[in-house]
Amino acid sequence: MAILEIRNVSSGYGEVQILWGVTLALETSKLTSLVGGNGVGKTTLLRTIMGSLKPWEGSVWFEGQDVSQAAAYDKAEMGLILVPEGRQLFTDMTVAENLEMGATPKRARPHIKRNFERIYEMFPRLKERKHQKAGTLSGGEQQMLAVGRGIMAEPKVLMIDELSLGLAPVLVLQLFDVLRQLKTMGMTLLLVEQNVHMALVVSDYAFVLAQGRVELEGPSRVLAKNEHVRTAYLGL
Amino acid sequence: MILQVAGVSKRFGGLQALLHVTLDLPEGRILGLIGPNGAGKTTLFNVINGVYPPEEGRIIFNGEDVTARKPYDLARRGLARTHQIVRPLNDLTVRENVMVGSCFGREDRGLAEAADIAQEVIAFVGLETWSEQLAGNLNVAQKKRLEMARALAARPYLLLLDEVLAGLNPSEISTMVESIQKIREQGVTIIMIEHVMHAVMNVSDRIIVLDYGQQIAEGTPQEIANDERVIEAYLGDPRLAARLMEQIDEEG
Repeated sequence: MAILEIRNVSSGYGEVQILWGVTLALETSKLTSLVGGNGVGKTTLLRTIMGSLKPWEGSVWFEGQDVSQAAAYDKAEMGLILVPEGRQLFTDMTVAENLEMGATPKRARPHIKRNFERIYEMFPRLKERKHQKAGTLSGGEQQMLAVGRGIMAEPKVLMIDELSLGLAPVLVLQLFDVLRQLKTMGMTLLLVEQNVHMALVVSDYAFVLAQGRVELEGPSRVLAKNEHVRTAYLGL
Repeated sequence: MILQVAGVSKRFGGLQALLHVTLDLPEGRILGLIGPNGAGKTTLFNVINGVYPPEEGRIIFNGEDVTARKPYDLARRGLARTHQIVRPLNDLTVRENVMVGSCFGREDRGLAEAADIAQEVIAFVGLETWSEQLAGNLNVAQKKRLEMARALAARPYLLLLDEVLAGLNPSEISTMVESIQKIREQGVTIIMIEHVMHAVMNVSDRIIVLDYGQQIAEGTPQEIANDERVIEAYLGDPRLAARLMEQIDEEG
């Protein structure tokens, strides 16, 4: 069953249209990836799903409910959580405080203790640095913290924008391993990832965006062998 | 050669934005400049048209060393450009904006002649009905056309186009691509930075790919689309995915 559905969504900024009738669905407890080149609309789609942008046309459905006009904070309350590109941490707050900020939705509060333990187990580095200010962490640690803050919100659907961007290979592998752990726990995940090969290895299903449209979709295993993925990126 | 970029490097603090970039551009060609975000494409434009002097290397334009000459000087010599973020003079009309391009361009026109040139160029880009409107009132697609008209009014030998297709809808893209082809037919050499891949692949004679400030490939569009390094720059490192696969297998 689809927990999140995007139906024929068009959206953009001011008068610039970025998305042109995008339709996609996330199956419950599956890891779906969204890939595509520069400027094709991946982040715009996440913002439209989250509600910081409203769809110009089409609708966004979460657990069978039309949430197209709902504000981002209401969606967070419902369990739809975004780990934004560039992490957007509270740099002057400590690691632990940043994590605690993730637990603002009501549904997350009863689970604060358990989620802290979970995150410190997944990312021992964050535990070692829990009293350190987020701004003093390395890029990889900051990404771990951003993901951790998302997990603190007790998401039903966790969307991650550019998980591996700019990180060293060892850290990338570690973060992907965490994704798989989250999936095992039953979380539904949407991954926006610039390394297409990685995205297709780790995900169950994938959508390829090109010029604001879904150019290709299918089980990741199948797409990994599809020559059109390359042409969607390179135009030839 | 209308343009030779010879071993150009540019650094911003700790960031090596360009490293030993070299290219030779014969007259009348369209050269596509592509690469992932942050590859250094716009920086290369900025070095070519004199916004930044390079730390190393030379820019030879029309047989003359113009390294570190100022943009207004280069405009006089026949090098015009558009900007990715459009920069119209909002409080002037469309016609006046285009006249500015002519007055400060290669032919050094006075106001009367500039007005004639503006009229012709405005018709070429299809903005006639808007020519007495303030530029600030145009929509994005129109502003992109204005940006191009202002550059064309300078009567350049070489035109640098920085993402003129971004933010346009599919029909606006095909109109713009037609305009670019017509400009070339008039004998203007073009370098275009573009992310709309099917368009740049179709319109360019040759493509140069930058990644982290370095030229990783040069060739025909067909060669570029099949180049392993280019594919890796766009789709990511396949070796990392192989390691991830091993990691998954080990865990069962």
